[in-house]
Amino acid sequence: MSFITKGLTGLRDWVDDRFPLMTLWNDHMGAYYAPKNFNFWYYFGVLSLVVLVIQIVTGIWLVMNYKPDATLAFASVEYIMRDVNWGWLIRYMHSTGASFFFIVVYMHMFRGLLYGSFKQPRELIWILGMFIYLSLMAEAFFGYLLPWGQMSFWGAQVITSLFGAVPVVGEQLAELIRGDYVISDITLNRFFSFHVIALPFAIAGLVVLHIIALHEVGSNNPDGVEIKKLKDKDGKPLDGIPFHPYYTVKDSVGVVVFLMFFASVVFFAPEMGGYFLEANNFIPADPMKTPLHIAPVWYFTPFYSILRANTYPFFGVDAKLWGVIFMGLGTMVFFLLPWLDRSPVKSIRYRGGIYKSALAIFVVAFVVLGYLGILPPTPGRTLTAQIFTVVYFLFFALMPLYTKWDKTKPVPERVTH
Amino acid sequence: MSETAVDLDRRRFLTGTAVVIGGIGAATAAVPFIASFQPSARAKAIGAPVEVDISTIEVGQRVTYKWRGKPVWVLRRTPEQLDALKGGNGPVLGDPDSVKSEQPAFAVNAWRSLKPEYLVLVGVCTHLGCSPSFRPLPDADTGADWKGGFFCPCHGSKFDLAGRVFAGVPAPTNLVVPPYKFLSDTRILIGESDGGKS
Repeated sequence: MSFITKGLTGLRDWVDDRFPLMTLWNDHMGAYYAPKNFNFWYYFGVLSLVVLVIQIVTGIWLVMNYKPDATLAFASVEYIMRDVNWGWLIRYMHSTGASFFFIVVYMHMFRGLLYGSFKQPRELIWILGMFIYLSLMAEAFFGYLLPWGQMSFWGAQVITSLFGAVPVVGEQLAELIRGDYVISDITLNRFFSFHVIALPFAIAGLVVLHIIALHEVGSNNPDGVEIKKLKDKDGKPLDGIPFHPYYTVKDSVGVVVFLMFFASVVFFAPEMGGYFLEANNFIPADPMKTPLHIAPVWYFTPFYSILRANTYPFFGVDAKLWGVIFMGLGTMVFFLLPWLDRSPVKSIRYRGGIYKSALAIFVVAFVVLGYLGILPPTPGRTLTAQIFTVVYFLFFALMPLYTKWDKTKPVPERVTH
Repeated sequence: MSETAVDLDRRRFLTGTAVVIGGIGAATAAVPFIASFQPSARAKAIGAPVEVDISTIEVGQRVTYKWRGKPVWVLRRTPEQLDALKGGNGPVLGDPDSVKSEQPAFAVNAWRSLKPEYLVLVGVCTHLGCSPSFRPLPDADTGADWKGGFFCPCHGSKFDLAGRVFAGVPAPTNLVVPPYKFLSDTRILIGESDGGKS
């Protein structure tokens, strides 16, 4: 053993006597057994972690030059873009990172729907994941106000006004969130605080909980087989391989490919034709004038469509409140998935045609609603959004029935390839 | 160490009281943090009434002023526009008699204004707070049988030229009429009416 190796081993042991270093390493990396049949869909967990790191690092640098003041904010972002060394790169990485965060998180969630990753015994992982998703939506919403463009302003005005729809206390609640009667400098300051302190802490904490819960029960896989059931004589799962080095190496390849896509957008299409950075947001906020067409960033548009689709009052409740209720339900309903799904199998590979069709229809509904949410409302589009809103909710409402009726195939003992 | 056995009742009582008292303390400590979210004294002070000159507004023109950080419109309606509001063959309205809507008592009429010619409105959609656009003429958004009014670009709510909401749109109530009064024939004070301040 060389002198250096000896020194490093000594240091490791010194730390390990005072901190559970090797236990942590083994529990989460070196002796964490993951199923050996992970496919493409299993990259998106680690990719969301990569994007989180990108957002935190670029965010720290942006705050060094950004001014959370209604009179200075817009100009300070332009200052970052034009005068700060490499400011344009750091800012575009952050704005592109926001959209990529949602891309990888939506793929990650879709993976859950494909392979039943939310099902027993992983309900809590799913719930923690949903809390991350909600925090991420809040983080994105607060962050979007900061450039203080027209979209920032009016987007925030619409979303804070949603709370005004709550009966009796609604108006006070909206004022409590804005800290003013309209979106103002006061609102900008507090959103900045939420965006750079409160929510990043919450998200980081939830991510740790999400991973601890995952490593407690073990990862699901494309076959939906519990690899812990069959172990070798050393107690290691027959179909498991240690996360390190197998998946650390495999994921590195995934990360490199991901970064190629990410860099292409950052360098060649950071505005993404107005979908990642909207044209109206290059106009400073004007509280007197709503842009002729406002739409949220693409990752909120499915829910925005659901909001707009509610145009009829029923049961004595006005359309505005129904819109808010259904938009809220549309995001929250995912929490219930572990209990709505009554299928005896996890993976789509062993489910029958009914679930496959239902999932396909749901994906179509989600995409159509998302697309409609980008466009200005017309009577025809509103009707289409109403139809797909119903489809969206039927996917969840009928799930206990169709997952029970669905004909499933026998699940193998071991994973397949 | 006491030689007697552990008194579980006593322990439960002490735990219970500690939790209750501690909980009250924590709740009390949260009050300033929650209350701090409310509009500050300065934010409230900016809500003072605004005096505007309407002598330069042409017939059929709308001018926007700022009151409490919100747009306030003054529209000088044409006689034809006023006739169209009297009803009969107009669009189906959500709240034609302004029963559910917010306005000073003097504006509970077909014109929703003090003087029929001048309409004063808070230019904020009662749906989700966007500022509707003034559409005196029909266009693609409003449909062909449009008699003039306001169209909210955010969620497609429509209002007539008295700020009354159409039926079947997301906005639940008519546009808000702020308190105002005429100081003279050409000057309006927005934010205060003869019925008192708002």
